[in-house]
Amino acid sequence: MSGLSRRSWLARALATAGVMALSACERGSQLGTRLLVSAESLTKAAQRLILPRDALAPEYEASQISRDFKPNGSIDPAAADYLALRANDFADYRLEIGGLVERPLSLSLAELRIRPSRTQITKHDCVEGWTAIGQWSGAKLSALLDEAGLKPEAKYIVFHCFDALTQTEDGPRYYESIDLIDARHPQTILAYDMNGEVLGVPHGAPLRLRVERQLGYKHAKYIRRIEAVESFDHIEGGKGGYWPDRGYEWYAGI
Amino acid sequence: MTDQTVDDVPAEAPVPAPTSHEDRPLPGGRTDTFRHPVWVRVGHWVNATAVIILLMSGANILLAHPHLYWGLKSTFAEPRLDIPTFPDWLLIPQGRNLAEARRWHFFFAWLFVINGLVWLAFSFITRRFQRRLWPTGQDLKGFWPSVKEHARLHFPKDDEARAYNVIQKLTYAAMVLVVLPMMLITGLSMSPGFNAIGGVLLELMGGRQSARTLHFLSASLILLFLLVHVGLVIWTGLFNNMRAMITGWFVIEPSKEEDPS
Repeated sequence: MSGLSRRSWLARALATAGVMALSACERGSQLGTRLLVSAESLTKAAQRLILPRDALAPEYEASQISRDFKPNGSIDPAAADYLALRANDFADYRLEIGGLVERPLSLSLAELRIRPSRTQITKHDCVEGWTAIGQWSGAKLSALLDEAGLKPEAKYIVFHCFDALTQTEDGPRYYESIDLIDARHPQTILAYDMNGEVLGVPHGAPLRLRVERQLGYKHAKYIRRIEAVESFDHIEGGKGGYWPDRGYEWYAGI
Repeated sequence: MTDQTVDDVPAEAPVPAPTSHEDRPLPGGRTDTFRHPVWVRVGHWVNATAVIILLMSGANILLAHPHLYWGLKSTFAEPRLDIPTFPDWLLIPQGRNLAEARRWHFFFAWLFVINGLVWLAFSFITRRFQRRLWPTGQDLKGFWPSVKEHARLHFPKDDEARAYNVIQKLTYAAMVLVVLPMMLITGLSMSPGFNAIGGVLLELMGGRQSARTLHFLSASLILLFLLVHVGLVIWTGLFNNMRAMITGWFVIEPSKEEDPS
Protein backbone atom coordinates (compact mmCIF):
# COMPACT_ATOMS: atom_id res chain seq x y z
CA MET A 1 0.00 0.00 0.00
CA SER A 2 1.53 3.35 -1.01
CA GLY A 3 1.80 6.21 1.46
CA LEU A 4 -0.78 8.19 -0.44
CA SER A 5 -3.40 5.50 -0.46
CA ARG A 6 -2.67 4.77 3.18
CA ARG A 7 -3.28 8.42 3.96
CA SER A 8 -6.50 8.49 2.01
CA TRP A 9 -7.57 5.27 3.73
CA LEU A 10 -6.83 6.90 7.07
CA ALA A 11 -8.79 10.00 6.08
CA ARG A 12 -11.74 7.85 5.04
CA ALA A 13 -11.54 5.85 8.27
CA LEU A 14 -11.48 9.05 10.31
CA ALA A 15 -14.40 10.44 8.33
CA THR A 16 -16.35 7.22 8.92
CA ALA A 17 -15.55 7.32 12.63
CA GLY A 18 -16.63 10.96 12.69
CA VAL A 19 -19.95 10.19 11.05
CA MET A 20 -20.50 7.32 13.46
CA ALA A 21 -19.69 9.55 16.43
CA LEU A 22 -22.07 12.19 15.12
CA SER A 23 -24.88 9.69 14.65
CA ALA A 24 -24.22 8.36 18.16
CA CYS A 25 -24.51 11.97 19.33
CA GLU A 26 -27.75 12.28 17.44
CA ARG A 27 -29.07 9.12 19.09
CA GLY A 28 -27.85 10.42 22.44
CA SER A 29 -29.67 13.70 22.01
CA GLN A 30 -32.81 11.83 20.92
CA LEU A 31 -32.53 9.79 24.09
CA GLY A 32 -32.03 13.01 26.06
CA THR A 33 -35.14 14.50 24.49
CA ARG A 34 -37.16 11.37 25.27
CA LEU A 35 -35.96 11.56 28.87
CA LEU A 36 -36.90 15.25 29.20
CA VAL A 37 -40.29 14.64 27.59
CA SER A 38 -41.01 11.83 30.08
CA ALA A 39 -41.70 14.49 32.72
CA GLU A 40 -44.92 15.36 30.84
CA SER A 41 -46.42 11.91 31.48
CA LEU A 42 -45.34 12.12 35.12
CA THR A 43 -47.01 15.54 35.50
CA LYS A 44 -50.19 14.32 33.82
CA ALA A 45 -50.29 11.16 35.95
CA ALA A 46 -49.68 13.16 39.14
CA GLN A 47 -52.37 15.72 38.34
CA ARG A 48 -54.86 13.03 37.33
CA LEU A 49 -54.02 11.12 40.53
CA ILE A 50 -54.63 13.97 42.94
CA LEU A 51 -57.36 15.84 41.06
CA PRO A 52 -60.87 14.50 41.24
CA ARG A 53 -62.09 13.90 37.67
CA ASP A 54 -64.61 16.73 37.81
CA ALA A 55 -62.65 19.12 40.05
CA LEU A 56 -63.49 22.61 38.86
CA ALA A 57 -61.04 25.30 37.89
CA PRO A 58 -61.52 28.35 40.14
CA GLU A 59 -64.26 30.74 39.06
CA TYR A 60 -64.31 34.47 39.69
CA GLU A 61 -66.62 37.45 40.20
CA ALA A 62 -67.83 39.65 37.35
CA SER A 63 -65.87 42.52 38.92
CA GLN A 64 -62.65 40.59 38.37
CA ILE A 65 -63.03 40.25 34.59
CA SER A 66 -60.02 41.61 32.67
CA ARG A 67 -60.76 44.72 30.65
CA ASP A 68 -57.55 44.09 28.71
CA PHE A 69 -57.94 40.39 27.79
CA LYS A 70 -55.15 39.91 25.30
CA PRO A 71 -56.06 38.07 22.07
CA ASN A 72 -53.11 35.84 21.20
CA GLY A 73 -51.98 33.54 18.40
CA SER A 74 -54.28 33.93 15.40
CA ILE A 75 -56.43 37.00 15.85
CA ASP A 76 -57.79 37.51 12.33
CA PRO A 77 -57.90 34.32 10.20
CA ALA A 78 -57.32 34.87 6.49
CA ALA A 79 -58.65 31.54 5.16
CA ALA A 80 -61.16 32.01 2.33
CA ASP A 81 -63.75 29.64 3.81
CA TYR A 82 -63.57 31.54 7.11
CA LEU A 83 -63.85 34.95 5.47
CA ALA A 84 -66.93 33.78 3.50
CA LEU A 85 -68.68 32.66 6.70
CA ARG A 86 -67.62 35.77 8.56
CA ALA A 87 -68.99 38.04 5.80
CA ASN A 88 -72.44 36.65 6.58
CA ASP A 89 -71.99 36.89 10.36
CA PHE A 90 -71.60 33.10 10.54
CA ALA A 91 -75.26 32.55 9.62
CA ASP A 92 -74.17 29.72 7.30
CA TYR A 93 -71.74 28.24 9.81
CA ARG A 94 -72.31 24.64 10.76
CA LEU A 95 -70.31 22.76 13.35
CA GLU A 96 -69.61 19.23 12.15
CA ILE A 97 -69.14 16.59 14.83
CA GLY A 98 -67.94 13.34 13.30
CA GLY A 99 -65.33 10.63 13.40
CA LEU A 100 -65.97 7.78 15.84
CA VAL A 101 -69.56 8.72 16.66
CA GLU A 102 -72.84 6.86 16.13
CA ARG A 103 -74.76 9.91 14.84
CA PRO A 104 -72.65 12.63 13.16
CA LEU A 105 -74.02 16.10 13.88
CA SER A 106 -74.13 19.26 11.84
CA LEU A 107 -75.31 22.18 13.95
CA SER A 108 -75.88 25.85 13.24
CA LEU A 109 -75.01 28.42 15.90
CA ALA A 110 -78.73 28.85 16.65
CA GLU A 111 -79.02 25.10 17.20
CA LEU A 112 -75.97 25.15 19.46
CA ARG A 113 -77.45 27.96 21.54
CA ILE A 114 -80.54 25.92 22.46
CA ARG A 115 -78.45 23.02 23.72
CA PRO A 116 -77.26 22.53 27.34
CA SER A 117 -74.92 25.36 28.18
CA ARG A 118 -72.74 26.74 30.94
CA THR A 119 -71.50 30.22 31.82
CA GLN A 120 -68.29 30.60 33.78
CA ILE A 121 -65.84 33.33 34.76
CA THR A 122 -62.42 31.76 34.65
CA LYS A 123 -58.79 32.67 34.24
CA HIS A 124 -56.98 32.10 30.99
CA ASP A 125 -53.39 31.07 31.69
CA CYS A 126 -51.08 31.55 28.74
CA VAL A 127 -48.02 29.35 28.37
CA GLU A 128 -46.05 32.59 28.05
CA GLY A 129 -46.91 33.37 31.65
CA TRP A 130 -49.70 35.94 31.61
CA THR A 131 -53.24 35.56 32.95
CA ALA A 132 -56.51 37.20 31.94
CA ILE A 133 -59.98 36.64 33.36
CA GLY A 134 -63.02 36.34 31.14
CA GLN A 135 -66.63 35.20 31.23
CA TRP A 136 -67.49 32.44 28.80
CA SER A 137 -70.85 31.00 27.77
CA GLY A 138 -71.09 28.00 25.53
CA ALA A 139 -72.51 24.61 24.72
CA LYS A 140 -71.38 21.83 27.04
CA LEU A 141 -69.15 19.50 25.07
CA SER A 142 -70.23 16.47 27.13
CA ALA A 143 -73.88 16.97 26.09
CA LEU A 144 -72.92 17.28 22.42
CA LEU A 145 -70.80 14.12 22.62
CA ASP A 146 -73.71 12.28 24.24
CA GLU A 147 -76.02 13.48 21.49
CA ALA A 148 -73.63 12.26 18.81
CA GLY A 149 -72.95 9.04 20.74
CA LEU A 150 -69.24 8.27 21.06
CA LYS A 151 -68.21 4.86 19.79
CA PRO A 152 -66.40 2.78 22.41
CA GLU A 153 -63.07 3.04 20.60
CA ALA A 154 -63.08 6.87 20.70
CA LYS A 155 -60.33 8.11 23.02
CA TYR A 156 -59.66 11.71 21.99
CA ILE A 157 -61.65 14.65 20.70
CA VAL A 158 -59.87 16.65 17.99
CA PHE A 159 -60.76 20.26 17.18
CA HIS A 160 -59.99 21.28 13.60
CA CYS A 161 -59.79 25.02 13.15
CA PHE A 162 -60.05 27.58 10.35
CA ASP A 163 -56.94 29.55 11.19
CA ALA A 164 -53.40 29.06 9.94
CA LEU A 165 -50.77 31.02 11.85
CA THR A 166 -49.00 31.55 8.52
CA GLN A 167 -52.12 33.44 7.33
CA THR A 168 -51.84 31.54 4.03
CA GLU A 169 -54.35 29.22 2.37
CA ASP A 170 -51.97 26.24 2.34
CA GLY A 171 -50.42 26.83 5.76
CA PRO A 172 -51.03 24.21 8.48
CA ARG A 173 -54.40 24.88 10.11
CA TYR A 174 -54.56 25.08 13.88
CA TYR A 175 -55.87 22.04 15.67
CA GLU A 176 -55.90 20.69 19.19
CA SER A 177 -57.05 17.56 21.00
CA ILE A 178 -58.10 16.56 24.50
CA ASP A 179 -58.88 13.23 26.10
CA LEU A 180 -62.35 12.16 27.24
CA ILE A 181 -61.74 13.14 30.88
CA ASP A 182 -61.28 16.76 29.84
CA ALA A 183 -63.89 16.50 27.07
CA ARG A 184 -66.54 15.41 29.58
CA HIS A 185 -65.45 17.87 32.29
CA PRO A 186 -68.37 20.14 33.35
CA GLN A 187 -66.42 23.32 32.51
CA THR A 188 -65.45 22.16 29.01
CA ILE A 189 -67.60 24.18 26.65
CA LEU A 190 -67.68 25.45 23.09
CA ALA A 191 -67.92 29.13 23.87
CA TYR A 192 -70.03 31.39 21.64
CA ASP A 193 -70.21 34.34 24.06
CA MET A 194 -67.47 36.19 25.89
CA ASN A 195 -68.11 38.71 28.68
CA GLY A 196 -71.83 38.63 27.85
CA GLU A 197 -71.38 39.50 24.18
CA VAL A 198 -71.13 37.41 21.04
CA LEU A 199 -67.59 36.05 20.77
CA GLY A 200 -65.52 38.40 18.63
CA VAL A 201 -63.12 37.44 15.87
CA PRO A 202 -59.90 38.14 17.84
CA HIS A 203 -60.99 35.64 20.52
CA GLY A 204 -62.08 32.87 18.15
CA ALA A 205 -65.52 33.53 16.61
CA PRO A 206 -67.77 31.77 16.09
CA LEU A 207 -66.71 29.04 18.53
CA ARG A 208 -63.75 28.43 20.77
CA LEU A 209 -62.98 25.62 23.15
CA ARG A 210 -62.69 26.29 26.88
CA VAL A 211 -60.78 23.53 28.68
CA GLU A 212 -60.19 25.33 31.93
CA ARG A 213 -57.63 23.07 33.60
CA GLN A 214 -55.07 23.53 30.85
CA LEU A 215 -53.00 26.33 29.35
CA GLY A 216 -54.28 28.77 26.75
CA TYR A 217 -53.01 27.06 23.61
CA LYS A 218 -55.32 24.09 24.29
CA HIS A 219 -58.35 26.41 24.00
CA ALA A 220 -58.67 26.09 20.21
CA LYS A 221 -60.26 29.11 18.53
CA TYR A 222 -62.18 29.29 15.20
CA ILE A 223 -63.43 25.70 15.49
CA ARG A 224 -64.43 24.26 12.11
CA ARG A 225 -65.02 20.60 12.85
CA ILE A 226 -64.85 18.20 15.77
CA GLU A 227 -63.65 14.65 15.28
CA ALA A 228 -63.65 11.76 17.72
CA VAL A 229 -60.60 9.54 17.17
CA GLU A 230 -58.89 6.55 18.69
CA SER A 231 -55.45 8.05 18.14
CA PHE A 232 -54.12 11.31 16.71
CA ASP A 233 -50.95 9.76 15.29
CA HIS A 234 -52.19 10.24 11.71
CA ILE A 235 -53.16 13.92 12.10
CA GLU A 236 -50.63 16.55 11.00
CA GLY A 237 -47.42 16.10 13.04
CA GLY A 238 -48.98 13.32 15.10
CA LYS A 239 -48.54 15.05 18.47
CA GLY A 240 -52.18 16.02 18.88
CA GLY A 241 -52.01 19.76 18.29
CA TYR A 242 -50.43 22.62 16.38
CA TRP A 243 -48.16 23.63 19.26
CA PRO A 244 -47.53 20.06 20.47
CA ASP A 245 -46.25 19.35 16.93
CA ARG A 246 -43.81 22.20 17.58
CA GLY A 247 -42.40 20.92 20.88
CA TYR A 248 -45.00 22.03 23.43
CA GLU A 249 -46.60 19.52 25.79
CA TRP A 250 -49.81 17.86 24.68
CA TYR A 251 -50.93 17.79 28.30
CA ALA A 252 -50.77 21.45 29.25
CA GLY A 253 -51.83 21.22 32.89
CA ILE A 254 -48.73 23.06 34.10
CA MET B 1 14.51 -6.27 60.48
CA THR B 2 15.71 -9.82 60.61
CA ASP B 3 13.62 -11.23 63.41
CA GLN B 4 10.35 -9.57 62.54
CA THR B 5 7.49 -11.73 63.65
CA VAL B 6 3.75 -11.52 63.65
CA ASP B 7 3.95 -10.60 67.35
CA ASP B 8 5.49 -7.23 66.44
CA VAL B 9 2.24 -6.09 64.91
CA PRO B 10 0.02 -4.72 67.67
CA ALA B 11 -3.18 -6.66 68.17
CA GLU B 12 -5.23 -3.53 67.55
CA ALA B 13 -4.00 -1.55 64.58
CA PRO B 14 -3.96 2.23 65.24
CA VAL B 15 -4.90 2.85 61.61
CA PRO B 16 -8.69 2.85 61.41
CA ALA B 17 -10.43 0.57 58.97
CA PRO B 18 -11.09 2.29 55.63
CA THR B 19 -14.83 2.41 56.25
CA SER B 20 -14.55 4.01 59.68
CA HIS B 21 -15.80 7.57 60.04
CA GLU B 22 -13.62 8.29 63.10
CA ASP B 23 -11.30 11.31 62.97
CA ARG B 24 -7.94 10.57 61.35
CA PRO B 25 -4.83 12.41 62.56
CA LEU B 26 -2.84 14.08 59.79
CA PRO B 27 0.76 15.42 59.87
CA GLY B 28 1.21 18.87 61.39
CA GLY B 29 -1.52 18.46 63.99
CA ARG B 30 -4.27 18.60 61.38
CA THR B 31 -7.24 16.29 61.60
CA ASP B 32 -9.28 14.68 58.87
CA THR B 33 -12.88 14.59 60.01
CA PHE B 34 -15.82 12.94 58.30
CA ARG B 35 -18.33 15.64 57.60
CA HIS B 36 -20.89 14.60 54.95
CA PRO B 37 -22.47 11.13 54.69
CA VAL B 38 -23.02 9.82 51.19
CA TRP B 39 -26.71 10.78 50.97
CA VAL B 40 -25.83 14.40 51.78
CA ARG B 41 -23.16 14.47 49.08
CA VAL B 42 -25.30 12.84 46.40
CA GLY B 43 -28.28 14.99 47.39
CA HIS B 44 -26.16 18.12 47.28
CA TRP B 45 -24.88 17.56 43.75
CA VAL B 46 -28.22 16.40 42.37
CA ASN B 47 -29.79 19.48 43.91
CA ALA B 48 -27.05 21.78 42.62
CA THR B 49 -27.45 20.40 39.08
CA ALA B 50 -31.24 20.63 39.19
CA VAL B 51 -31.33 24.13 40.68
CA ILE B 52 -28.83 25.55 38.17
CA ILE B 53 -30.74 24.03 35.23
CA LEU B 54 -34.03 25.26 36.74
CA LEU B 55 -32.64 28.79 37.07
CA MET B 56 -31.32 28.84 33.50
CA SER B 57 -34.40 27.25 31.89
CA GLY B 58 -36.60 29.41 34.15
CA ALA B 59 -34.86 32.52 32.83
CA ASN B 60 -35.69 31.34 29.31
CA ILE B 61 -39.35 30.79 30.25
CA LEU B 62 -39.53 34.21 31.91
CA LEU B 63 -38.36 35.87 28.70
CA ALA B 64 -41.48 34.58 26.89
CA HIS B 65 -43.33 37.34 28.79
CA PRO B 66 -40.75 39.40 30.69
CA HIS B 67 -43.25 41.36 32.78
CA LEU B 68 -44.34 40.67 36.34
CA TYR B 69 -47.67 41.54 37.94
CA TRP B 70 -49.33 41.29 41.34
CA GLY B 71 -52.70 39.66 41.99
CA LEU B 72 -54.96 37.35 40.01
CA LYS B 73 -54.36 38.59 36.51
CA SER B 74 -51.96 40.50 34.29
CA THR B 75 -52.51 44.23 34.06
CA PHE B 76 -50.73 44.57 30.76
CA ALA B 77 -50.47 48.35 30.74
CA GLU B 78 -49.05 48.47 34.28
CA PRO B 79 -46.63 45.67 35.05
CA ARG B 80 -44.98 45.78 38.48
CA LEU B 81 -41.64 44.94 36.98
CA ASP B 82 -40.17 44.66 33.49
CA ILE B 83 -37.36 42.16 33.21
CA PRO B 84 -34.43 43.13 31.00
CA THR B 85 -33.38 40.51 28.51
CA PHE B 86 -30.68 37.99 29.50
CA PRO B 87 -27.72 36.99 27.33
CA ASP B 88 -28.22 33.68 25.50
CA TRP B 89 -25.42 31.92 27.38
CA LEU B 90 -27.39 32.30 30.61
CA LEU B 91 -30.32 30.40 29.13
CA ILE B 92 -31.19 26.72 28.74
CA PRO B 93 -31.48 25.95 25.92
CA GLN B 94 -29.04 28.53 24.61
CA GLY B 95 -31.20 31.06 22.82
CA ARG B 96 -34.85 31.73 23.50
CA ASN B 97 -37.06 28.68 23.10
CA LEU B 98 -40.09 28.42 25.36
CA ALA B 99 -41.10 24.88 24.35
CA GLU B 100 -37.67 23.37 24.99
CA ALA B 101 -37.07 25.44 28.11
CA ARG B 102 -40.29 24.07 29.58
CA ARG B 103 -39.18 20.48 28.92
CA TRP B 104 -35.91 21.09 30.78
CA HIS B 105 -37.68 22.98 33.54
CA PHE B 106 -40.31 20.35 34.33
CA PHE B 107 -37.95 17.38 34.07
CA PHE B 108 -35.51 18.95 36.50
CA ALA B 109 -38.37 20.23 38.66
CA TRP B 110 -39.36 16.60 39.24
CA LEU B 111 -35.75 15.68 40.01
CA PHE B 112 -35.48 18.66 42.39
CA VAL B 113 -38.68 17.72 44.23
CA ILE B 114 -37.91 14.00 44.55
CA ASN B 115 -34.33 14.67 45.63
CA GLY B 116 -35.48 17.34 48.09
CA LEU B 117 -38.06 15.04 49.66
CA VAL B 118 -35.52 12.23 50.04
CA TRP B 119 -33.03 14.68 51.60
CA LEU B 120 -35.62 16.06 54.04
CA ALA B 121 -36.72 12.55 55.03
CA PHE B 122 -33.12 11.44 55.69
CA SER B 123 -32.30 14.67 57.51
CA PHE B 124 -35.16 14.42 59.96
CA ILE B 125 -35.09 10.63 60.44
CA THR B 126 -31.37 10.61 61.18
CA ARG B 127 -31.86 13.82 63.21
CA ARG B 128 -28.99 15.32 61.25
CA PHE B 129 -31.13 18.37 60.52
CA GLN B 130 -31.69 18.98 64.24
CA ARG B 131 -28.04 18.33 65.08
CA ARG B 132 -26.29 20.24 62.33
CA LEU B 133 -28.69 22.81 60.86
CA TRP B 134 -31.13 23.84 63.57
CA PRO B 135 -29.52 26.67 65.63
CA THR B 136 -29.34 26.16 69.40
CA GLY B 137 -30.09 28.89 71.94
CA GLN B 138 -26.34 29.18 72.45
CA ASP B 139 -25.92 29.69 68.68
CA LEU B 140 -28.51 32.45 68.60
CA LYS B 141 -26.81 34.31 71.47
CA GLY B 142 -23.69 34.39 69.32
CA PHE B 143 -25.52 35.88 66.36
CA TRP B 144 -24.03 39.40 66.46
CA PRO B 145 -20.45 38.27 67.08
CA SER B 146 -20.89 35.91 64.13
CA VAL B 147 -22.17 38.77 61.96
CA LYS B 148 -19.01 40.73 62.85
CA GLU B 149 -16.79 37.75 62.03
CA HIS B 150 -18.52 37.37 58.66
CA ALA B 151 -18.16 41.08 57.96
CA ARG B 152 -14.39 40.71 58.49
CA LEU B 153 -14.47 37.59 56.28
CA HIS B 154 -12.87 35.77 59.17
CA PHE B 155 -13.85 32.14 59.45
CA PRO B 156 -12.44 29.57 61.86
CA LYS B 157 -10.52 26.67 60.36
CA ASP B 158 -9.84 24.85 63.63
CA ASP B 159 -12.14 22.77 65.86
CA GLU B 160 -14.75 25.52 65.67
CA ALA B 161 -15.15 24.69 61.97
CA ARG B 162 -16.55 21.26 62.88
CA ALA B 163 -20.01 22.74 63.39
CA TYR B 164 -21.73 25.28 61.18
CA ASN B 165 -21.81 28.79 62.62
CA VAL B 166 -25.12 30.42 63.44
CA ILE B 167 -25.38 32.38 60.18
CA GLN B 168 -24.66 29.25 58.18
CA LYS B 169 -27.28 27.33 60.15
CA LEU B 170 -29.92 30.01 59.73
CA THR B 171 -29.17 30.40 56.02
CA TYR B 172 -29.20 26.68 55.25
CA ALA B 173 -32.35 26.14 57.34
CA ALA B 174 -34.10 29.04 55.59
CA MET B 175 -33.08 27.68 52.19
CA VAL B 176 -34.27 24.13 52.75
CA LEU B 177 -37.38 24.95 54.79
CA VAL B 178 -38.56 28.18 53.17
CA VAL B 179 -36.98 29.27 49.91
CA LEU B 180 -36.69 25.93 48.08
CA PRO B 181 -40.21 24.80 49.12
CA MET B 182 -41.44 28.26 48.08
CA MET B 183 -40.19 27.53 44.56
CA LEU B 184 -42.33 24.40 44.43
CA ILE B 185 -45.41 26.03 45.97
CA THR B 186 -45.30 29.11 43.75
CA GLY B 187 -44.54 26.91 40.74
CA LEU B 188 -47.55 24.69 41.37
CA SER B 189 -49.73 27.76 41.95
CA MET B 190 -49.11 28.75 38.34
CA SER B 191 -50.44 25.42 37.07
CA PRO B 192 -54.04 25.56 35.81
CA GLY B 193 -54.26 21.83 36.56
CA PHE B 194 -53.22 22.16 40.20
CA ASN B 195 -55.39 25.26 40.57
CA ALA B 196 -58.43 22.99 40.23
CA ILE B 197 -57.53 21.22 43.49
CA GLY B 198 -59.18 24.04 45.36
CA GLY B 199 -58.38 27.68 45.59
CA VAL B 200 -56.39 27.45 48.85
CA LEU B 201 -52.88 27.38 47.43
CA LEU B 202 -53.71 29.96 44.81
CA GLU B 203 -55.47 32.25 47.31
CA LEU B 204 -52.53 31.97 49.66
CA MET B 205 -50.37 33.31 46.85
CA GLY B 206 -52.89 36.01 46.00
CA GLY B 207 -53.42 34.69 42.49
CA ARG B 208 -51.45 33.25 39.62
CA GLN B 209 -49.62 36.45 38.77
CA SER B 210 -48.55 36.99 42.39
CA ALA B 211 -47.37 33.38 42.41
CA ARG B 212 -45.32 34.05 39.28
CA THR B 213 -43.75 37.14 40.85
CA LEU B 214 -43.00 35.24 44.08
CA HIS B 215 -41.51 32.42 41.97
CA PHE B 216 -39.18 35.00 40.42
CA LEU B 217 -38.29 36.56 43.79
CA SER B 218 -37.54 33.16 45.34
CA ALA B 219 -35.40 32.28 42.33
CA SER B 220 -33.53 35.56 42.82
CA LEU B 221 -32.88 34.61 46.47
CA ILE B 222 -31.57 31.24 45.35
CA LEU B 223 -29.26 32.93 42.86
CA LEU B 224 -28.02 35.27 45.59
CA PHE B 225 -27.46 32.29 47.90
CA LEU B 226 -25.63 30.45 45.14
CA LEU B 227 -23.25 33.35 44.49
CA VAL B 228 -22.45 33.89 48.19
CA HIS B 229 -22.21 30.14 48.81
CA VAL B 230 -19.76 29.56 45.96
CA GLY B 231 -17.81 32.69 46.97
CA LEU B 232 -17.42 31.46 50.54
CA VAL B 233 -16.57 27.92 49.42
CA ILE B 234 -13.67 29.44 47.48
CA TRP B 235 -12.69 31.87 50.26
CA THR B 236 -12.65 29.31 53.05
CA GLY B 237 -10.70 26.70 51.09
CA LEU B 238 -11.92 25.53 47.72
CA PHE B 239 -9.99 22.25 47.81
CA ASN B 240 -10.94 21.30 51.35
CA ASN B 241 -14.59 22.18 50.85
CA MET B 242 -14.87 20.42 47.49
CA ARG B 243 -13.09 17.36 48.87
CA ALA B 244 -15.55 17.32 51.77
CA MET B 245 -18.59 17.45 49.48
CA ILE B 246 -17.13 14.77 47.19
CA THR B 247 -15.43 12.31 49.58
CA GLY B 248 -17.06 13.37 52.84
CA TRP B 249 -13.71 14.15 54.54
CA PHE B 250 -12.82 17.64 55.77
CA VAL B 251 -9.50 18.84 57.17
CA ILE B 252 -9.47 20.67 60.52
CA GLU B 253 -6.44 22.89 61.16
CA PRO B 254 -4.76 22.81 64.61
CA SER B 255 -5.90 25.49 67.04
CA LYS B 256 -3.62 28.54 67.11
CA GLU B 257 -3.76 29.06 70.90
CA GLU B 258 -2.23 26.04 72.53
CA ASP B 259 -4.09 24.82 75.55
CA PRO B 260 -1.54 25.02 78.40
CA SER B 261 -3.05 22.20 80.42
